[in-house]
Amino acid sequence: MNVHSAMPSPSGADGGGIIKLAILAVGGQGGGVVTSWIVDLAEQAGYYAQSTSVPGVAQRTGATIYYVEMLPATDRTPILSLMPAAGDVDIVLAAELMEAGRAIQRGFVTPDRTTLITSSHRAFAVSEKAAPGSGILETAPILDAARQAAARFLAADLDTLAVQNGSVISASLFGALAGSEALPFPREAFEATIRRGGKGIAASLRAFAAGYEAVRADAAVPAPAPVAAEPGRIVDGPPAQRQAFGALVKRIEALPSPAQEMARRGLQKVVDYQDVRYGGEYLDRVAAVAALDDGSGTLAEAAAKYIANAMAYDDVIRVADLKTRARRTERVRREVGVREGEILTVTEYMHPRGEEICGLMPARLGAYVERRPKLFGIVDRLVNRGHRVRTDRLRGFAMLYVLAALRPARRRLLRHRVEVAHLEAWLGHVHRLAPTEPALAAEVLKCRRLVKGYSDTHARGEAKFDKVLSALPLLEGRPDGADWLRRLREAALVDEMGSALDGALKTVASLDAPPLKERTA
Amino acid sequence: MAERSFAKEVQQLKIGAGEEFRGEGILAITKALLQCGVGYVAGYQGAPISHLMDVLTDAEDIMEELGVHLEASASEAAAGATLAASVHYPIRGAVAWKSTVGTNVASDAIANLASGGVLGGALIIVGEDYGEGSSIMQERSHSFAMKSQVWLLDPRPSLPSIVKAVSDGFELSEATNTPVMLEVRIRSCHVHGRFIAKDNQRPKMTMAEALENPQRDTNRIVLPPASFGHEQEKVKVRWPAAIEFIKSRKLNEHFGPADGKVGIICQGGMYNGVMRALQRLGLADLYGESRVPIYCLNVTYPLIRDEIVEFCAGKDAVMVVEEGQPDHIEQAIGDMLYKAGGTARLTGKGFLPMAGEYTGPVMLAGLTDFLRTYQPDLLPDRERAPNDPDEKIALPDLGGKVPMRPPGFCTGCPERPIFAAMKLVEKKLGVHHIAADIGCHLFSIMPPFNLGATTMGYGLGPASASAFNVAAKKRPIAVMGDGGFWHNGLTSGVGNAVFNEQDGVILIVDNYYSAATGGQDILSSRADNARRSTQHPITRAVEGLGATWVRQIDRTYDVGKMRDTLTEALTTEHKGPKVIVASSECMLNKQRRVKPQMAAAVKAGKRVVKPRFGVDEDVCTGDHACIRLSGCPSLSVKKLDDPLRDDPVAAIDTSCVGCGNCGEVAEAAVLCPSFYQADVVFNPRPAETRRASWRAGIIGWLQRRRDRGRLTFAS
Repeated sequence: MNVHSAMPSPSGADGGGIIKLAILAVGGQGGGVVTSWIVDLAEQAGYYAQSTSVPGVAQRTGATIYYVEMLPATDRTPILSLMPAAGDVDIVLAAELMEAGRAIQRGFVTPDRTTLITSSHRAFAVSEKAAPGSGILETAPILDAARQAAARFLAADLDTLAVQNGSVISASLFGALAGSEALPFPREAFEATIRRGGKGIAASLRAFAAGYEAVRADAAVPAPAPVAAEPGRIVDGPPAQRQAFGALVKRIEALPSPAQEMARRGLQKVVDYQDVRYGGEYLDRVAAVAALDDGSGTLAEAAAKYIANAMAYDDVIRVADLKTRARRTERVRREVGVREGEILTVTEYMHPRGEEICGLMPARLGAYVERRPKLFGIVDRLVNRGHRVRTDRLRGFAMLYVLAALRPARRRLLRHRVEVAHLEAWLGHVHRLAPTEPALAAEVLKCRRLVKGYSDTHARGEAKFDKVLSALPLLEGRPDGADWLRRLREAALVDEMGSALDGALKTVASLDAPPLKERTA
Repeated sequence: MAERSFAKEVQQLKIGAGEEFRGEGILAITKALLQCGVGYVAGYQGAPISHLMDVLTDAEDIMEELGVHLEASASEAAAGATLAASVHYPIRGAVAWKSTVGTNVASDAIANLASGGVLGGALIIVGEDYGEGSSIMQERSHSFAMKSQVWLLDPRPSLPSIVKAVSDGFELSEATNTPVMLEVRIRSCHVHGRFIAKDNQRPKMTMAEALENPQRDTNRIVLPPASFGHEQEKVKVRWPAAIEFIKSRKLNEHFGPADGKVGIICQGGMYNGVMRALQRLGLADLYGESRVPIYCLNVTYPLIRDEIVEFCAGKDAVMVVEEGQPDHIEQAIGDMLYKAGGTARLTGKGFLPMAGEYTGPVMLAGLTDFLRTYQPDLLPDRERAPNDPDEKIALPDLGGKVPMRPPGFCTGCPERPIFAAMKLVEKKLGVHHIAADIGCHLFSIMPPFNLGATTMGYGLGPASASAFNVAAKKRPIAVMGDGGFWHNGLTSGVGNAVFNEQDGVILIVDNYYSAATGGQDILSSRADNARRSTQHPITRAVEGLGATWVRQIDRTYDVGKMRDTLTEALTTEHKGPKVIVASSECMLNKQRRVKPQMAAAVKAGKRVVKPRFGVDEDVCTGDHACIRLSGCPSLSVKKLDDPLRDDPVAAIDTSCVGCGNCGEVAEAAVLCPSFYQADVVFNPRPAETRRASWRAGIIGWLQRRRDRGRLTFAS
């Protein structure tokens, strides 16, 4: 993008001294409050201020923009603009990081003059949230662009600061504006404006102070994401199990080093899911695949990750177990913010189907019921509806607690048999392909990502998984086979119904006949 | 009660002569109306005029003291017809609405009013919803003024000019027996500025006085032969009177030097944009001193031939700055200059785009090009050689890296579950033709729902499905809101469907307000309104029209019931329209109403339950099926700090209002068990606290007991 950077800063005949300020926010963030504060601040300081906005239904939860121009008041009325223009804005306040990106995109941020103050937090757009995979856009390009485009760039997580202080982002954003000293008014004047506002003053002032300090403390960039915690640290447990687990952890050292970290996490996951013996089974499976690794560790790492996920499949027992843990109770209390003297009640929304109940039966019985539509229908009718379980009450808690107690018996249940069969078939492909086509084998492992969720979602995921792997015969032996499989997997994650995947599969089907084996060897 | 309260701001309406008023454009317009001795005001909400209606409503006490009657009209047509009170009585009246949509609706009344003419000043305030932030088709009110011979004011976008235009408008209307349209653009309505006030005036004649002394004059009624006389009168009497008035009062303004090689003719509303562009070129100062002559049209219809010909005389070129299309003004000026033998080159569209908003960069580029062509010596050096690459700095291209953020349903919106249910029905019964309507529910056309094929106008949803009244394997679905229903959907939608025995489904979304326009009360609002009659159920109106298959759903969040009712409507043997009224309060307004009440109750020690939802992050598998049935701003995703997980999991933030949609959808769509509802009980009763702590004790003991038998890892 090009902007007229050399446009007269408010030069003109005698046009100096206007401060032009644009506020970009998401509808509902309180951009209007900040705007009225800024106008009040300016007018109290003897400035002539004009603000404009575009309220209406078009901004409900969408991107919105407010604009203020101000200059020292004289006895003459200045003629001010009603909208910001590219290359002609002194201060941009963005209430969310992507809105800062939008300001840059629209040319409001230029290196000759613009102070860009943004909250570094993300409020994801619907398009980012709705993808079956990960649709979240990168923040790095926005931060890079901001550093290049702005004369000064200030960023802090103003949303978190506001919430921590019991307020909303308008207050911390106003604080950040004060802290930037981009406006010629002292901190006290800002605070006086908030006091004149009259609502939630104490909390607003706290959030204001936090915003003020945040942009002064770190005038550069928001902190990078926190580093992942060290896995595999046992807090508590019976000595015998701890010992056995220790032995398993030792076995991980035999794996290729790039895979070890993932294996430690995978081990913890499956042991937490079932028991220590299950951890041993997990390592057996990982080691068997790792033995075929070409030395790069790619295959071993993928195995460590996806075998753990496959073995820790989501079933009724798992859900009941997770929902009845002490740690979960703590987390909910923390997230909801329950204080002394208040009571928390928790209602779980569950909708089991006949399939889930059969899955909970001993394998032969479950299979027997599933084979008989009438019988299955009876079971299904009994359970297939929404159940709201109050897990803060004894009856609801006990129900899930008892279901979770089935954990030791899990290996004998129908669902486990089905899952193991699926797992073995999948690993069969991996073992077959790994010696000759390790890259394709690693991609096959990664396809496990498609299987997730419960009920219909799980069925759809598994169908996609099968569909993607159905292309294997066409891809084996192709030098770009691994690449194609990756593309198919990514296509499967684009939309729910799999239309992107169907398109990609058609492309694969139309590929040339696989070249001769010799050429790939 | 409206979304935004102006109770505090309206106190400024009482200030007297010499005092300075500070505030938004709409408030200034209201003050100006009172200063002009207006006798009645009517209107229909809709951005950018919504806040004007809100201000008027909040100012009703002040207006009553002055003897001014306020009518919250049922539609723009109703508002337009209100001006009939100025036909025979010397009473000033004003109406307001969103344009051009509102002007479309009102044009029948306006055309009749304009034909017979008025005795009292009649002012039509139109909020021109054009350009960024607009929610409607991009058209001009200008065309309406031309076709009905209504004068059009387009004042400079500063409060003193707008306030003056109100007063000029009334006088012009009275001097010419013609209604006058006052056009204010989106940003002028919401511009914060100041002006010096005058005293408020009581109307010269009150509505009661008029009512008690009825007048009539057959010549003012639109019926032959009078109607033929009206047309002659428009061009032979009223038009010349208007020209004379506008000239003698100098309503149009001249800025800058008297002569010059080039000149600019602009709409009043474009003036600030023109001046900013000239300021940036170093050709004007901040206070209106310009080096280029400017003829500013505060009246854009009719145009003053003498003034225009004189302005253009002796100039090499004149540029018309006229936003929107068709370029009525430029065409008219061209006609005038040609007939007057003018020699100035006339331009405008060409240097400026034919369509679209004249933003800062557009205006700057257009004026620069114009001056570079016709008087380059005015331009600063760098603009005479604009293609020097050193002058521009390449900025990073963020194309595709910033997400689109179109508007959508608010957090906890009661309309969300309706469309989630429709999505579920679609999965079972296939895709249907869905006729959408105007209102928040139109957000259904966007992701994640992607439902709805057309929108034909406020309340016209069901009517726009009329042609599909044929035998087929599927039925059409028409959606309309409670606002649209009372606006005209009652007759054009439901009445039409009953009469024609339409076999489709009509879904009426009832959120207790005209929500999209800012939460104004309507007939079916549930609130007690001291000044209006509310609480008239939609179902009774529908049944009164003769609809027999009518279902009322009192909690839209019941996704299962919503889905089943829709399914029944689409599959029943019943002939004739299937009407579903889905009712739950607009969450934005509910929160505004309930939040302070709850806070006060908690403070007062009363037992209060506050719900919200959460997601168990280790149960959630990151498929986001729940989001595809929601799109709620508070239901988002977060990346877990776990390399085993590829996809972000769902997460609910603190803005959740506990509407229940998440749980209901998970249940109805058989999604996953990761949602939970967490209710916090404030000031619980002692027995409740005892029971809770007793339960927590036993649950804690069970949890510890299980943990003792297995390994626990650091999280």
